[in-house]
This record gives sequence, structure tokens and C-alpha cells, in this order.
Amino acid sequence: MMQSFKRFLAALNARNKEFVRDHAALGWNFAFPILVVAGFGFAFTGKSQEIYKVSIYQPSGQTQQAGDLAFLKTQYIQFITVTDLQPAIEKVERHQTDLLLAPGTTGPIRYWVNSTSPKGYFLEKVLLGSGTGATQAFSKEEVHGKEIRYVDWLIAGILSMNMMFNALFGVGYVIVRYRKIGVLKRLKATPLKPFEFLSAQALSRLFLIQFVSTVLFVGCKWMVHFEMRGSYLDLFILMSLGAACMISLSLIIAARLSSEEFANGILNLISWPMMFLSGVWFSLEGAHPLVQKIALIFPLTHLISGARAIMIDGTPLAKLPMEVGMLGGMTLVFLTIGSSIFKWE
Amino acid sequence: MTNTNPILEVRNLRKNYGKLTAVDGISFSIREGGCFGLLGPNGAGKSTTLEIIEGIKSATSGEVNYKGVPIGDRFKEEIGIQFQSTALQDYLTVRDVLNMFRSLYKDTVPVQDLIDSCNLGEYLDRDTSKLSGGQRQRVLLALALVNDPKIVFLDEPTTGLDPQARRNFWGLIAGIKKKGKTVVLTTHYMEEAYVLCDEIAIMDHGKILAIGAPDRLLKEHFQGIWIEIPKEDFKSSSKEGLLGEFFEREESIEIQTNHANEVFRALLERGVSLNRVKVRSQNLEDLFIQLTGKDLRG
Repeated sequence: MMQSFKRFLAALNARNKEFVRDHAALGWNFAFPILVVAGFGFAFTGKSQEIYKVSIYQPSGQTQQAGDLAFLKTQYIQFITVTDLQPAIEKVERHQTDLLLAPGTTGPIRYWVNSTSPKGYFLEKVLLGSGTGATQAFSKEEVHGKEIRYVDWLIAGILSMNMMFNALFGVGYVIVRYRKIGVLKRLKATPLKPFEFLSAQALSRLFLIQFVSTVLFVGCKWMVHFEMRGSYLDLFILMSLGAACMISLSLIIAARLSSEEFANGILNLISWPMMFLSGVWFSLEGAHPLVQKIALIFPLTHLISGARAIMIDGTPLAKLPMEVGMLGGMTLVFLTIGSSIFKWE
Repeated sequence: MTNTNPILEVRNLRKNYGKLTAVDGISFSIREGGCFGLLGPNGAGKSTTLEIIEGIKSATSGEVNYKGVPIGDRFKEEIGIQFQSTALQDYLTVRDVLNMFRSLYKDTVPVQDLIDSCNLGEYLDRDTSKLSGGQRQRVLLALALVNDPKIVFLDEPTTGLDPQARRNFWGLIAGIKKKGKTVVLTTHYMEEAYVLCDEIAIMDHGKILAIGAPDRLLKEHFQGIWIEIPKEDFKSSSKEGLLGEFFEREESIEIQTNHANEVFRALLERGVSLNRVKVRSQNLEDLFIQLTGKDLRG
């Protein structure tokens, strides 16, 4: 057991040295996400939503009642149906939604608008000007709250995306290259076991990802002062779980391949859809239901969703069973598959 | 110091890759403390045989016994390997890789001993990717020795080295032999095999064509000497009645004979000048070519 730990530490130490001494890769690991945050954050802050966004509250099981409203036919407004009222109100408070409309079967049609939102102000005018189309009247519910800027919303996605690329290419690609150039063959000739080697690669990358992510988090916080309403420890635990999941996924890719070009293609095939469909850049709320369902198969979706819940909503980790469960489950499945099919050559 | 007990025994070893038979049912044993050489043209099956013995590749059939029993987990702790081509992890210095490999084994040699025995002192803190061919081979040899192995496998360790580096490497291998370790070597250099090996096996097409001590094999396959005479000194009629076999080369005539006295006497009688004659005995290269042919291999 001691000997096994000694071998694991040797492999871990070697991998850490490699990463730290590869200044170009190390620099890029820090520079890339900062550039993305700076670019997108500043470019979109204050004009993040080019179209207006209106939530239509429709409790589960209730038939469509809002269809008669002329307002709903207004162009350049994205209408999103929501089934939970409270989270929808919170989004209006944070300027993530410009207006919330709750057409009831009886009584006045309630709507929520943030008193400090310019978009909300215009939408309210449009709503009132378009009329109810019936005898019902509108009932205004005014909410207050500080705006969640696009950059506040974006930061969890950027950190998670950086983690994904770092894990997939930092572990998967490296192992494939090791196999191709014969490093793994040389290690196979020693008493080092595949589990010791793989766990050293995974843990080394996990430490490095967490270190890089922490530096990035602090740097971005200082640079763009994004919102962080939840527990730092909860975020750290969730991010660690997310990184472990991504690393485990990369171990499957690295298990057999010996062509860097092919591995690169596979890694891109996995990472690009994840990047676009996991809600890094835009919310999936208004997306086609099929796209939303497909997104659930990506670990990145659950990582970003959990990170945003902690950072923006201040949700404790204990109240994120879906995200934690999915990431934990996927990690176990990926690790089991990756380690069982691994070959040195 | 060669022991007569076999440390390794290979029996009916076979390796197929689909329809291709890389190793075709070979058997041999390697004595403890000796140097055993596997020779053969490219694609003969040497490296495959070596890698099966090392436990890197699995055999299609046959068995390999170490100290009388099939090789097991403990085997890796007791052998050292230098592959034909090995890459090391990036950005690690010679000292880093030595320390890393030492940590992978239970029993190890002190780093300083490795540095001294393989002459690594000058570039100990250099990145392994920045070493010359000779320096790199010495580092790889040191890695094969970190666990004080009983057997050292060297797969074409001097390929690509200049003559000085090659001879330096021979010295290192001789040093390993002196310590009583068993050395198993593959090489394309016949001189290297002759200098270092106590026993050789010549392979081709997955089979062993000849096996034994180099001198004994030469005696078995060749008798007599080679006499080389420049063409301009030799008259075509002179070969009538000479005892030996004639080979016409581009610049010379070669005579292989077991009757040197009679041949020289006859040549003088026929007026052939012997001032520029060369006499040599057959070497391993002649044997290698005789057994494996002159066809170009891949």
C-alpha cells in the first residue's frame, strides 16, 4: 500500500513539474479566460439583451389564457413561459427578465416590473398601450433589486468552460500524446499500475484547475466586481466536483487512442457542443425544449447551473441535489469506464 | 562471470498479428550473468521477442520462465529495460526522471551511483529533451538500472550513435556485465555483438537460424580464411586447380579456402603478386549475411 502511494506521488510530482514548467501552456491557462471575460464582459455589460425578455407565468396544468393579449404578438420580444412564480419574480428583480406577466383566469392581469429597469419601463408602456383585449384590467407589482449584469451571469459559465477545456485537453490530450511517443510504454515496463498513473494525472490536473480557477475568480472579481451571493466553500466544492467529472470524461477519450489528431477531433466534438449548449453564453430558458433536454446530458450544463445558483441566487449546495447528483454520478460512470478500458499502448 | 544456470527460458514462443507471424515458435534459454544477443535484419522478430519476454507484449502461445517459473508481478521489480525508442515526460531534468523512476521501485540504487556509472554528472540538471543522442542513451540506461535489476534488456541501444559514443556505451555495458547482471541485447552491429555477447541467436522471419557463442558459430559455419587479391594482380587463368571457392568482386577476387599454404604456393608459382593481398577470417557479419541473405529489408 505504501509502495503504491509512493508510485502515485512520483507520477503526481512529475506531472505537476511538467505543467508548472510549461510556461506557455500555464500562461495561456490564465490568459484565455481573462481575455474572454474582459472581451465579453465589457462588450455586453449594459446592453446584454438586444431583445426584450418577458416571462409569462403559467402554473403547471393551467390552460393558456394569455393568448388573447395583443401584447403577446409584439415583435422583438422574447416570451418565455415559466411555471414557478417566485424565481421568475427574482429574475425581474435582477433585470434578467424585463417584465413578468401572470394572466389569471379571473381578476386583473398581474405584471411585475422593476422600477429601475429602463427596458421594464418601455415594456410596461407597450403592455398598457396594447390593452388586455378583454374586460380585465392590469395590476402592477413593482419590484426592486440591483441589476445582475451580463458579466455577473457570464462569469460562472466562463470559469466552468475554462475548467472543461483545461480538463479535457490537459488530461486526455496529454495521455494520448504520451501513448503515441512511447512514454506510456516505458512506464508500463515499471511496476507503476494504471490506476496509480491515471489517478496521479487526474489529481494533478484537479489541483491545477482549482488553483487556476481560484486565481481567475479573484482576478475577475477585482476586475469586473461580479456578484457572489453564495458560499465560497459551496462553490469550491461544486467546482471541484465539476472538474473531477470533466477529467473523468477525458480519461475515457484517453483510454485507448494513440492518434493526437483523432483525439483532438473527439475532444472538439465533445467540447464545442458543450460550450454552446450548456448555457455558457446565453440562457437556455428560451431555447427549444429539445435543446434543453439535450443540454442535460452535458456535465457542463449542471456545473454552470449549480455555479450560477450559488453565485447569483446564493443557493446553498445542499439545495442543489440535481446538479450535485448528476455531476457525482457522471464522474463515477466516466471513471469506471475510463479505468476499465485503459491500455498503456 | 557466467553462470551455467538459465535465468530465462523461452519455450515455443509464437506471436501472430492477424495472418502475419512475427515470432514463429522459438525456444532458447539465457544463462545468468551472461550477455545474450538477438541479431537479425529489420522485421526479423527480435524486438517482438524481447518485448514478450519483458512482459510488454503478450504471446499468442508459448511460455517464458524466469528462474524456473512463469514471469509474474515480481518480474518487473527485477528487470531493467531500455527500449529501442523511448520518450520521457516533457520539461523534466535528468535528475527529475532518475528520482521519479527510483520512486517506482522497491529496491533502488543510490542516485550518485547511477550518475557515476553512466557518466551523467555534466548534464544532471538539463531538460531531457535537450540531450544529445549519446547522453540520452546513457540516461535511458541509467533508468534501466535504477532498481538494481538482475536482468537488463537493451533493444538496439547504440543505434544512431557516433563511433565514439557507441564505444563509450560498450564500456558501460561491459561494466554492467562485470557486476554479474544478465544482459539481453538486440543490435544491428555485428561488431557490437561480437565484443559484448557471450551467446547470440540470429533470427529471421520469426525463427532462430543459429544460436551459440559467436566464435563457436563462426567455427561451425566457416572453415579456413578469405584471401583478397586486387583484380589487376590476378590473371583469369590463375584460378585453375586452386583449392578454394572463388568470388569475383568489383575491385578484387576473393578466395575462401581451408588450404592457405597450397593456395599461396600455387599463386606464386603462377606469377601472381602477393604484395597487395589481404587475408582475413570470417566474422559475424559474414555469418549474418550467409544466414539471412543479402535482400534489402524494411
